[in-house]
Amino acid sequence: MSTIPSTRKEMPITTLSSPTVGVGKTGFWRTFRPVVDFSKCTRCTLCWIYCPDAAIARQEDDSPKIDYDYCKGCGICANECPVKAIAMQREGE
Amino acid sequence: MAQTVIDTANHIAAIATKAARVQVIAAYPITPQTSIVERIAELVESGELDAEYIRVESEHSAMAACIGAAAGGVRTFTATASHGLVLMHEALHWAAGSRLPIVMPVVNRALGPGWNIWADTTDSMSQRDTGWIQFYCADNQEVFDTIIQAYKLCENEQVLLPAMICLEAFILSHTYMPVEIPDQEKIDDFLPPYKPGWFLDVNNPLSHGNIVSPDWYMEFRYMMQEAMENAKRLIPEIDKEYGKYFGFEHGGLIEKYKCEDADLILLTMGTIGSEAKISVENLRKEGLKVGTARVRVFRPFPREEIRKLAENKQMFSIIDRGISFGMEGFLAEEIKASLCNQKDRPLIAGFIAGLGGRDVTFKTIEKIAEKSSEWMRAGRVEKETVWVDLKE
Repeated sequence: MSTIPSTRKEMPITTLSSPTVGVGKTGFWRTFRPVVDFSKCTRCTLCWIYCPDAAIARQEDDSPKIDYDYCKGCGICANECPVKAIAMQREGE
Repeated sequence: MAQTVIDTANHIAAIATKAARVQVIAAYPITPQTSIVERIAELVESGELDAEYIRVESEHSAMAACIGAAAGGVRTFTATASHGLVLMHEALHWAAGSRLPIVMPVVNRALGPGWNIWADTTDSMSQRDTGWIQFYCADNQEVFDTIIQAYKLCENEQVLLPAMICLEAFILSHTYMPVEIPDQEKIDDFLPPYKPGWFLDVNNPLSHGNIVSPDWYMEFRYMMQEAMENAKRLIPEIDKEYGKYFGFEHGGLIEKYKCEDADLILLTMGTIGSEAKISVENLRKEGLKVGTARVRVFRPFPREEIRKLAENKQMFSIIDRGISFGMEGFLAEEIKASLCNQKDRPLIAGFIAGLGGRDVTFKTIEKIAEKSSEWMRAGRVEKETVWVDLKE
């Protein structure tokens, strides 16, 4: 069900799909890229909580790891960070 | 032993959910449907029916709950009427498109304004394009039998569509009639537990109703149309099989009465169909060769059977308890469409009668037949649509 059918006979009866990783990578929508300054980061995890796309992983030491395949660059993490440890940098610069 | 009970069609519908071993019921009250879900609440509370009973905050939510439950792979039920049904409209499309075999009695009631709680089919007829199968019943026994038959039909892997079991407000919903309830063991044999082809499972995550591009949307719609065609083939088979099991058959797609040698056919739906039999008896005594055909299934529409019925007939008179504003009666439209490519077809006249619960008695129907017979002899229909007993 995660593969695209080529004929009607291969189709499911209704639009069914299993979760897969690798399709619909939304990272390419991004104009600004969040970059974490780990020397400032206090491991408060607010960016991880606020990320609306679950594109920030919480690592073992509570520091954030941004998944750039899916981060759309909305900037909410940068806005929420209480110590301004996340900078939004224009892509390609 | 089979048991005969005397009860209202609404209570009979509740008994049918128990007989069908329904697993989830979503309930929201609306006149004249309320006594269905009230009686089911009693059955669940007393432990007679082992099911989840979900009280919801609207009919839209009732259908959403049914979609969730059916997608979880269980046998699901709700019931509604009138404004409740039209509030559900969006969710009806989701249920059919998700191919979920939900069964839902619709107690046909007029839509406001003016506020009116009596019989009228405009509520369910305005849902005809949602992809739901639609049955229309003529008596309480048929309500019971059709609910059991509908689960068997809808859960068939060649169909997998939801179904409405339509019954007219008060004429059936609150009228007591004797109904035979077959042995549970025999019902279990006729209607085994539902085996879903897919279901939502936390151990094997799946989602449904996802986005589908123009590349594939049409194919999903085509499969729904195919399922409707399959249902059209299976309904008479299931009705016959039910008859063999329990002794009750309801005519498959169309119940015909004295049609074979008739020149004039009165086409009806629901309880007007049973009333019309009395008219046919009376008119035949006066020498009019008349028969009546009650269209039991409106979706899928029995186009081929209508064509067969039309062979060698002089006139079709169609009685609708509802109107598609700006055109004509719902059944009249479909019958004309079914016959449009036929070379020799009968004259066709449409009659609008009984809106908002106005009585359609055998006398009303005889009046319709007499007017029809006049036009039949003249070879010309004077008026495409006649409003019967309309005050001038």
